[in-house]
Amino acid sequence: MDAQIQSALAVLPDYLGQHVLLSVTALAIGLVIGLSLAIIGVWSPRLRWLFLTVAGLIQTIPGLALLALFYPLLLALSAVTDRLFGITFSALGFLPSLLALALYSILPILRNTVTGILGVDEAVKEAARGVGMTPRQRLLKIELPLAMPVIMAGIRTSAVWVIGTATLSTPIGQTSLGNYIFTGLQTQNWIFVVFGCVAAVILALVVDQLLALIERGFERRSIGLKLFGAIGLAAVLLASLFAGRTSSATQYVIGGKAFVEQYILAALIDKRLEDEGMHATHRVGLGSTVIFDALAAGEIDAYVDYSGTIWANFMHRTDVPSHSKVLSEVGDWLHRTRGITLAGPLGFDNAYALVMRRDQAARLNIHTIADLAPYAAKLSIAGDYEFFARPEWSAVRKAYGLTFHDRREMQSTFMYKAVADGAVDVIVGYTSDGQIAQYDLVILGDPKQSLPPYDAILLVSPQRSRDQRFRHALEPLIGRISTRQMQQANLSVSRAKNQLTPEQAANRLWQSVSAK
Amino acid sequence: MAADSVAIAFRNVDKTYDGGRTFAVREVSLEIPAGEFLAVVGTSGSGKTTLLKTINRLVDPSAGSIEVQGQDVQTLNPFQLRRRIGYVFQGIGLFPHLTVAENIAVTPRLVGWQKSDIEKRIDELLDLVQLPREARGRMPSTLSGGQRQRVGVARALAARPNIVLMDEPFGALDPITRDSLAREYRAVHQSLALTTVMITHDMLEAVLLADRIAVMREGEIVEVGTPRDLLNDPKNEYVRELIDVPRRQASEVERLAEARR
Repeated sequence: MDAQIQSALAVLPDYLGQHVLLSVTALAIGLVIGLSLAIIGVWSPRLRWLFLTVAGLIQTIPGLALLALFYPLLLALSAVTDRLFGITFSALGFLPSLLALALYSILPILRNTVTGILGVDEAVKEAARGVGMTPRQRLLKIELPLAMPVIMAGIRTSAVWVIGTATLSTPIGQTSLGNYIFTGLQTQNWIFVVFGCVAAVILALVVDQLLALIERGFERRSIGLKLFGAIGLAAVLLASLFAGRTSSATQYVIGGKAFVEQYILAALIDKRLEDEGMHATHRVGLGSTVIFDALAAGEIDAYVDYSGTIWANFMHRTDVPSHSKVLSEVGDWLHRTRGITLAGPLGFDNAYALVMRRDQAARLNIHTIADLAPYAAKLSIAGDYEFFARPEWSAVRKAYGLTFHDRREMQSTFMYKAVADGAVDVIVGYTSDGQIAQYDLVILGDPKQSLPPYDAILLVSPQRSRDQRFRHALEPLIGRISTRQMQQANLSVSRAKNQLTPEQAANRLWQSVSAK
Repeated sequence: MAADSVAIAFRNVDKTYDGGRTFAVREVSLEIPAGEFLAVVGTSGSGKTTLLKTINRLVDPSAGSIEVQGQDVQTLNPFQLRRRIGYVFQGIGLFPHLTVAENIAVTPRLVGWQKSDIEKRIDELLDLVQLPREARGRMPSTLSGGQRQRVGVARALAARPNIVLMDEPFGALDPITRDSLAREYRAVHQSLALTTVMITHDMLEAVLLADRIAVMREGEIVEVGTPRDLLNDPKNEYVRELIDVPRRQASEVERLAEARR
């Protein structure tokens, strides 16, 4: 446990620094836009209605969806500016997170500023006109100062929202305190999850209280209080920035999706590059399409995907040929359409498979999916959030005529325990997952070959395809990792006792791979 | 400026709403000589406040013209016009987030006075309206009603205007404070040679303070005259009714006092 807290503390400066930088910048943009729109809105009731409605609508979009939407949006925009002006920008990480959070922060500031200014006593406004103030002077000297308590309350609400929502920027590639939560959730490292939540809460509380200090400064006309609050905010920002500067020049960025195996593989590739004297960082917890587009766009340099994912999701193929045929067609397609290089298979495969409890399978005499079919109508099945929407699912159902009594989607980490406990009867597991052995589960055969092969394949971005040093460093990983080794590594990170960090697991995996 | 020059002149002033159907002010023509204390008396809705606001362009007339010191106000920048005319507002009208000193300093700052001149002026005005200089740093909410309106008067006078407009300035005060404040203001009016236009619905107040009284009803001025003229020989029946009230009250008070002896 101490080791986990220590490893959590080790990355805190980086996570916190990036989180603060992102939140503060988003809030600053939201503040400028919110205040401007509010001031225009005070003058024109029609525009006020429009602004408040649009801002209100944006607020109803779930934070995660809003963040995710900005990724393809910016990617498309970047492609347009590239064609028009030859300018490209990163659609991954900071920029989309910043824009989404800034949008998110507008509503409370806008609404409170409008309410505050409109709520200023008519007699006071009349007096301001009567003494000869211009509209600008009235706004700056009378209306804004009098509305300040209400405006500050809006800013505080925004600040707390933004700091909280910023934890959701992890899946689009922005490091934040959310990395603790997403990683912790995947690796069943609850200390990480709690650590991330507590850190975000403390940050939100500190910022809120500093803003409250400034608010009180306005109320009591105390320059000291305002100054104290402002200095406090500046100190939080500077300390975080300073702390966040630890990562120096990075040459290579390695991507990883949001599950344990990907964390380990990203750490492993990272380690290989560092061992060869190259600087690398990894961005893990990325969504499946986000990571693929990011590789094609060169925002990450390499990651590990699975042949079946490319085959079904991106090539939209439903036929299921042999491993080698899928590999060669996927390689061709990647190179032809995206310029991505398939450096080679790692050796293990992480296919979808229908998995059951050993005793139940024995009792019903089920060995293959075909044996399962007659019982399916009385059984329940669970899978990850993706599978039931994928073409493989309809392929399996059609091939074997499967209709289940009940279907549930759950966090993939929890499915194995769920089937072991009897909460569900069948799960759609991953063949390289260590929990299959841990809970003594059985993988059902697929005699009709309806599920495509999912060989782990190392993909390299277009601009790194000719980077010999880079390719050379990754070469020892190709074809060297067995399914058994990967299962063990996965288990070592996700098991309840003596958990390893993904980095530790990557080190062990490398030891066993290079020993051969 | 000659004593008999005209400070404010209304020439056929109309103010209409509802596209010309409702008159707030109708056919008002009136000259106010420099140095005069004019009271405009009328019930609520008689158009007196609207008329007052046309002087510093808080309201622009629908027809006719207003001249201030010989200049048509429509040709003047409204902000500069307002800054050179003092205005005492109905009710409080102080800026609640500014101190007494800051409230008084508002107009001098707008017209760009030197900081040292403003500070000196604040002390002068606090003396003039008989507030202690310690009141400088206090917030309006900590003052009594009478003290607040003293600050209101000080603020109106801050940038040394020749003309002061007052919209029911003492209406919300208790009778004793009201009486002393009104008399003090009259003395200030005299000593600074101001032209004052005061709106009131209280005929007695008007009779006791003003050089001349204009009585308004339904947007029109029905009669203008000195208090003596109106008391002795009102031409208009409505004016007679209005002026009879304080007179009758006074004589009743007198009779009661006599009877007790």
